[in-house]
Amino acid sequence: MFEWILSALILIGAFFTLVGSIGLYKLPDFFMRLHGPTKATTLGVGALLIASALYFSFNTDQISLHEVLITIFLFITAPVSAHLMAKAAIHIKLKQVKRTQNSIE
Amino acid sequence: MLETSLLIAFSFVALALLLAFIRLLKGPDVPDRILALDTLYINAIALLVLLGIYFHSALYFEAALLIAVMGFVGTIGLSKYLLRGDIME
Repeated sequence: MFEWILSALILIGAFFTLVGSIGLYKLPDFFMRLHGPTKATTLGVGALLIASALYFSFNTDQISLHEVLITIFLFITAPVSAHLMAKAAIHIKLKQVKRTQNSIE
Repeated sequence: MLETSLLIAFSFVALALLLAFIRLLKGPDVPDRILALDTLYINAIALLVLLGIYFHSALYFEAALLIAVMGFVGTIGLSKYLLRGDIME
């Protein structure tokens, strides 16, 4: 039972990591591409770190919570870096897809 | 069970790394490359966490934390450089 939960968490995490990178690869312009990898950061790495914390808590004799450190750090820093990248992209006036609403130019 | 899902997860994350790397090489503009590097380090963290479970070793955790911190600093530095033409003012 426990192994099933771990496997499900690992597969969910890996799947969302892949989805984030496919989004980064396929979407047409930078501002859309910015949207893809956030899924990988929050859902993907989050699920993998929960799986890791569960695995080490149940397979060693102490509770392992230090994985939560990475989760908290990523959850704090991901919006900051995305905001700065979007600001930089607007600053150098990157091209947007034609049908963008309220576009910058 | 766990072994199989770990191997599938390895291949998924490796494919994700490959796609991000293609975007890093192709990326038409500089912010695309910064975003690709950002995604690359996130995927590297995912791969290291998986490796830690696979080899049953807590050593990989420190490497993942270091990559998280350094990757964030790198992304901020590159974006700041694009914004201002200078990192420290």
